[in-house]
Amino acid sequence: MYQFDWSSIPGALPYLWQGMLRTLQITGVAVVVGIVLGTLIAVARLSKSSILSNLAALYVSGFRSVPLVMVLLWFYLLVPQIISSLFGQPGLDIRLLSAFVAFALFEASYYAEIIRAGIQSVSSGQVSAGLALGMTSGQTMRLIVLPQAFRRMIPLLLTQAIILFQDTSLVYVIGLAEFFGVAYNTGNRDGTLVELLLFAGIVYFVICFAASMIVRSLQKKLVS
Amino acid sequence: MKNYVAAIIGLCLVAPAQRAWTADELTGTLKKIKDAGFISVGHRESSIPFSYYDDKNEVVGYSQDLVMMVVGAVKNRLNMPNLQVKLIPVTSQNRIPLIQNGTIDIESGSTTNNVERQQQVSFSDTMFIIATRLLVKKDSGIKDFPDLKGKNVVVTAGTTSERLIREMNEKNNMGMNIISAKDHGESFLTLQSGRASAFMLDDALLAGERAKARRPDEWVIVGTPQSKEAYGMMMRKGDDQFKKLVDETVAKAETSGQAAKLYQKWFQSPIPPKGLNLDLPLSDDMKELFKNPNDKAFQ
Amino acid sequence: MVSFVAGLDWNIFFQPAFDGSGTYLRFLLIGLAWTILLSVTAWILAFVIGSIVGVLRTFPGRLLPGLGAVYVELFRNVPLLVQLFLWYFVLPEIIPGLGTWFKQALNPLLQQFVSGVLCLGFFTAARVAEQVRSGINSLGRGQRGAGLALGLNLPQVYQLILLPVAYRIIIPPLTSEFLNIIKNSAVASTIGLAELSRQAQQLGEFTAHWYESFIAVTLLYGIINVTVMIVSQFVERVTRLPGYLGGRK
Repeated sequence: MYQFDWSSIPGALPYLWQGMLRTLQITGVAVVVGIVLGTLIAVARLSKSSILSNLAALYVSGFRSVPLVMVLLWFYLLVPQIISSLFGQPGLDIRLLSAFVAFALFEASYYAEIIRAGIQSVSSGQVSAGLALGMTSGQTMRLIVLPQAFRRMIPLLLTQAIILFQDTSLVYVIGLAEFFGVAYNTGNRDGTLVELLLFAGIVYFVICFAASMIVRSLQKKLVS
Repeated sequence: MKNYVAAIIGLCLVAPAQRAWTADELTGTLKKIKDAGFISVGHRESSIPFSYYDDKNEVVGYSQDLVMMVVGAVKNRLNMPNLQVKLIPVTSQNRIPLIQNGTIDIESGSTTNNVERQQQVSFSDTMFIIATRLLVKKDSGIKDFPDLKGKNVVVTAGTTSERLIREMNEKNNMGMNIISAKDHGESFLTLQSGRASAFMLDDALLAGERAKARRPDEWVIVGTPQSKEAYGMMMRKGDDQFKKLVDETVAKAETSGQAAKLYQKWFQSPIPPKGLNLDLPLSDDMKELFKNPNDKAFQ
Repeated sequence: MVSFVAGLDWNIFFQPAFDGSGTYLRFLLIGLAWTILLSVTAWILAFVIGSIVGVLRTFPGRLLPGLGAVYVELFRNVPLLVQLFLWYFVLPEIIPGLGTWFKQALNPLLQQFVSGVLCLGFFTAARVAEQVRSGINSLGRGQRGAGLALGLNLPQVYQLILLPVAYRIIIPPLTSEFLNIIKNSAVASTIGLAELSRQAQQLGEFTAHWYESFIAVTLLYGIINVTVMIVSQFVERVTRLPGYLGGRK
């Protein structure tokens, strides 16, 4: 029978906590940038200009056809090159910066699809009403369509954020130590990988399960 | 008259260019460090005992101590006692690109100096000399490489050992199953969990991995060395000014006995995180190196 | 930009690979084959388990739907990478007997493959289950009642009435789950399985031609994606139901 050895966890808790903060940092940046950029892409996708809507479609299908692992590796290859040619020496941890950029751009393609569906769910009567009131199409989008669409989309956007929170563990492939990376490194160093992996799994489960319960009750509230 | 003017103009054009060649003018990496106000040092995360995180999440190790001496020398040279040091963890996959694109100024971990890599980066005077051997379970019956016939052998992806063992497998038709793991820790786990019968790597790193085991005395390092390798610090290619400073620092540490003290600290005394002693005697190659520091590669 | 493109050296794909398996082109195609084999095998597993769990969630009573819900929550709320490491590193350690057999009797490549299939299969099954459930629920209680009134028992109602219709309705979301499994299979590179993205990294590592390698592999993923979409549109057209959204009139 396997002899569990949990002794390396208590001492590692401060670092695991730092790792968790980093995980939340990546998630936060990707959610905010992803939603802003995703909204722009969704609006571009629905615009009458065929160039804009084709470019937006290309962006979305491009990012959605490549594994996140490859996206992370790509940006880890590209970001340092671009940064050093633009700004010279980077001031920030290059892996963190690569992760920010990769997740933000990657998530934007997923958020764009959610937001597009949200916009399309607002009835066309609302748009006509806005236009009839003398608003420009930009104003109609900003003042009438988007607020309604977002209210409807909140549960989906949050669910996507939970998925994103889990996906940040993949920065493991570029060697960035967020929560999972710290857990893995600690287990690796102390020869207690089995215990640390179980611990990480439980932590992720508790957080994501609780978060999805909250989203579900929010959803019920929004429907009723 | 015309010629005279041209000569003056010519002189004016040449003069600044000439100034750049005087001894004190900073060029390349040193100038970059001075301008940026910090030096970026690449380190490894789990190359025990060369460069790794201890239980306080600080970077420690033999190579780390040496590179901090280099940082000291850079501070002196630039007259910047408060020079900031940025520690950037690197992997075997990205260390060379990161040196090349300027993300890190110097890498000090467990990187082999070989002719192939010299075309991409330059290496300092050798810090350490290793031999590639095997880590096996004491009671496994494996004494040397021929005993590996038909066995599962683990190597870390991208290492010289991976190339050597695959060549050996092809050439001698040994029927080994070669597992290439992502990092040394994963390789050792593969060995420890019984998935592989042997783990091929640099002997000093094998001693470091062994120290992580629940019962280190269950594991032994065996086998005829398949290659000797010289570890050096990596820098950008063609930066003689910086390389000279680094080489001088390393050579001074080696001839003055400081490096021998570091060797004792990291290879013959208890080290973090668990306070285990790697117990690796100083090899003849290392003794020779400490007498005559050089930057020669073995392959 | 121009000089960057001109600087790429595509001949690298015709040079011999470091492991003696042939050219680097062949090396990448081996990776492609593993990616497809892994995805398809895992998909079959995901489809079977996902259907069972999804059906359980629509059963009457509390126990069986509850079990289904536990399954879905468990596999949806732990990151895929963590699940993979649990399958590959942890389970063989803590299951006595079977774990040791797995580690010692199986070829290492097979161990990686089996762990990858189980991980992707069980993970995707949770998502397939949700689709199957919503497909069945979208049919309304009338169909189930009608079936039971005709004297069919519950398994027969599912087999003959509910599932055939539900599956056709959920072909589009199932297609996107299949595309997800292909993309997610890249995670298996972390345990050393020689699938496409792993080969890309190895190629970069041993030749330092990272850009050529990544561009080629990204294009290959794109080709797989487009192929799957075309096939699924064909399947959708053939199985389309009259009377449903987008169906024949």
